[in-house]
Amino acid sequence: MGALMVIFSLQTKQRRKMTDSVEDELELSAARHRPEALEQLEAQTRFSRKELQILYRGFKNECPSGVVNEDTFKEIYSQFFPQGDASTYAHFLFDAFDTDHNGSVSFEDFVMGLSILLRGTVQEKLNWAFNLYDINKDGYVTKEEMLDIIKSIYDMMGKCTYPTLKEETPRQHVEIFFQKMDKNRDGVVTIDEFIDCCQNDENIMKSMQLFENVI
Amino acid sequence: MAAGVATWLPFARAAAVGWLPLAKKTMPKPPVDKKSRNDEILFVNVSGLRFQTWKNTLDRYPDTLLGSSEKEFFYNEDTQEYFFDRDPEMFRHILNFYRTGKLHYPRQECIQAFDEELAFYGIVPDIIGDCCMEEYRDRKKENQERLAEDTEAENATDTPLPPHSTSRERLWRAFENPHTSTMALVFYYVTGFFIAVSVIANVVETVPCRPPKGSKKDLPCGEKYTLAFFCMDTACVLIFTFEYLMRLFAAPSRCKFMRSVMSVIDVVAIMPYYIGLVMPENEDVSGAFVTLRVFRVFRIFKFSRHSQGLRILGYTLKSCASELGFLLFSLTMAIIIFATVMFYAEKGTKGTNFTSIPASFWYTIVTMTTLGYGDMVPNTIAGKIFGSICSLSGVLVIALPVPVIVSNFSRIYHQNQRADKMRAQQKVRLARIRLAKKGTTNAFLQYKEEGGFQGRGSDNALCLKNRSSFEHQHHHLLHCLEKTTNHEFTDELTFSEMCMTESVGYRTSRSTSISSQQGVATSCCPRRAKRRAIRLANSTVSVSRGSVQELDTLQVHKTSAGPQSRSSLNARTEDLKLNCEDRDFTAAIISIPTPPANTPDESLPPSPAIPGILRNSRPTSFTHETVKISSL
Repeated sequence: MGALMVIFSLQTKQRRKMTDSVEDELELSAARHRPEALEQLEAQTRFSRKELQILYRGFKNECPSGVVNEDTFKEIYSQFFPQGDASTYAHFLFDAFDTDHNGSVSFEDFVMGLSILLRGTVQEKLNWAFNLYDINKDGYVTKEEMLDIIKSIYDMMGKCTYPTLKEETPRQHVEIFFQKMDKNRDGVVTIDEFIDCCQNDENIMKSMQLFENVI
Repeated sequence: MAAGVATWLPFARAAAVGWLPLAKKTMPKPPVDKKSRNDEILFVNVSGLRFQTWKNTLDRYPDTLLGSSEKEFFYNEDTQEYFFDRDPEMFRHILNFYRTGKLHYPRQECIQAFDEELAFYGIVPDIIGDCCMEEYRDRKKENQERLAEDTEAENATDTPLPPHSTSRERLWRAFENPHTSTMALVFYYVTGFFIAVSVIANVVETVPCRPPKGSKKDLPCGEKYTLAFFCMDTACVLIFTFEYLMRLFAAPSRCKFMRSVMSVIDVVAIMPYYIGLVMPENEDVSGAFVTLRVFRVFRIFKFSRHSQGLRILGYTLKSCASELGFLLFSLTMAIIIFATVMFYAEKGTKGTNFTSIPASFWYTIVTMTTLGYGDMVPNTIAGKIFGSICSLSGVLVIALPVPVIVSNFSRIYHQNQRADKMRAQQKVRLARIRLAKKGTTNAFLQYKEEGGFQGRGSDNALCLKNRSSFEHQHHHLLHCLEKTTNHEFTDELTFSEMCMTESVGYRTSRSTSISSQQGVATSCCPRRAKRRAIRLANSTVSVSRGSVQELDTLQVHKTSAGPQSRSSLNARTEDLKLNCEDRDFTAAIISIPTPPANTPDESLPPSPAIPGILRNSRPTSFTHETVKISSL
């Protein structure tokens, strides 16, 4: 008798799971997203028409549904950094791109983010970087947040590095960063401190021009 | 998803802006992308059928024919299109692979034609999507088996012997294939005849013959004509022994022969006679001796050498052992259950046959197999009820598995073969994917060693130019990450050795020597410390192998000399070596004048003394780099 009950409950669980997945599939297919018109995007971003066309064709080919979800993001990123684990950094990146926080990155989010990163002013780029570091988006970057970010970057390097990664390397890196950025020594870095400090740092300013011609 | 990795590269690079404020060192300069980013439509004419596609689509897989510069060989200037003289129907599928990233196998096409097309366009069949992979594998296996059968039939064992074979080989052949010579055929039939005679004699000697004069009792013929039967038995055993010894002598591998089933049967067939000879005429022992005579019936199995069918039957039974075992098990369960029930049901009856549960086993078996001898019958009503249930279920229990087993013969047999092969191939596929991942890293490491960062000028330009712009950009991205964290990428080998040598406190100079190791292992890899000597030996050995490999693949096109990075125990400074991919053969015919003697110093980042080991083992990581990210 007990065995029958167990079998029956297993069956219903399976059936429920199946219906759930069917619903999920329907949801996903219904989440077909069409981006705004080309003219609008042209106005909002700093890309030319042709560039937007190329970008969209590539994007649509990869994500026929029109949106990228976090798992796809992580997968993509892990292919560029096969040695390490890029999932944490991809998560932070996803949060930075998903400006409306709806759990998926549409083409608009994607292209706006790229516009800032590739064609934006130094101020905008620094703003974006600060937004990336500020995990809870409260306007302050604490040591813990920074530690998370830096750990995720080191995770991408993987195990086989030279010199070998030690436990305290990320923490040391955080200390260096805070020493540089945190002027009033209050344990957090605000956006103004950050931008101020970066603008005074020659190396950072020079490197901001690096990725201009990515597209 | 892995298809358009190239599409996402600009995004990944843009996201690197996030690292800039954190970077410990300055970022490297990005590669110059001379090509304009405007996409253009290409025309591809395949035997008259015109296809059009974006250039970017084809560029997605730079290691295939269409994605690399190899397609320029097929460019027709007059018509401004790429012309391929191949099957247009197949090309559809190839092009769809570029578009969607998934390669499908068209079921109506011949598997060999498909394979040839894939080989022509430089696409590895492992990329076939899971939807079509099984069908592809099945067809391929089928095809291969058919081809193998054909070749086997051609090389049938009826072929004439090689001219210089020893008498031993000829003898063995004669035994295995009686058709080869007349003598063998004669021997074959003689042994067959004697097997039959022996078996018949065994049977007949138990038949009761007329009693000799003066006795009333019927005597079995064996005891009447003892001498005659003994002589016949002796003759047969002599022949069998002779045959067995001949086979043993002729066998190419005696141990293997002695372990084979047929030889065991032979031995079991002739043993009882010899044991009977040496046994004393003792009353107690002769009881056991009589039992031994039963084994003489095994001579009948010697017929399996003469009959192909028996061999096949034996083999199929062996391969279906698990199914038979299951049948046996379920039968045993049912028998025990019903025997128990019947015993307790009939316990009360006086003078019942069901004296114990094992005694009831007999009743259960006879009833379940619907034999129904009637020597044991239940008397109580409960017994009769359970008895009828037993016979009804017997029909089910016996009749059901038998057809299943019969059909399982072929199904399970083939399935097992397929599953094992698929598992093995799965491992190979996964290994290849892992290799591709490693290939990416190795490509980057190689790029670093070539000094790609320094922008060396025209000397190595030929070498570097042949990388696609995708690779340039990807390597730049990885380099940025290195600069951000102030750590470098290495590979498994160097990492483990570094671990080991760091723990040993090894400081190396130009010449490393295994014997000079001292020190106690501490810190990161204590377990490796034990194997440090072996590991270093291995690494140097593998370096030499690696360098030899390099030589093999590089052939004679290289005209420049270069030191083999930092010297090792196998210093081959005079050998030719150029750290380019194999693709750069033709480009490198033009001699590279500058001996890269300064390579080690320049390309080495400022670092402590361990680089000797690092550089030494680099060559081993130059595995096949044909499969890059793009074909993941």
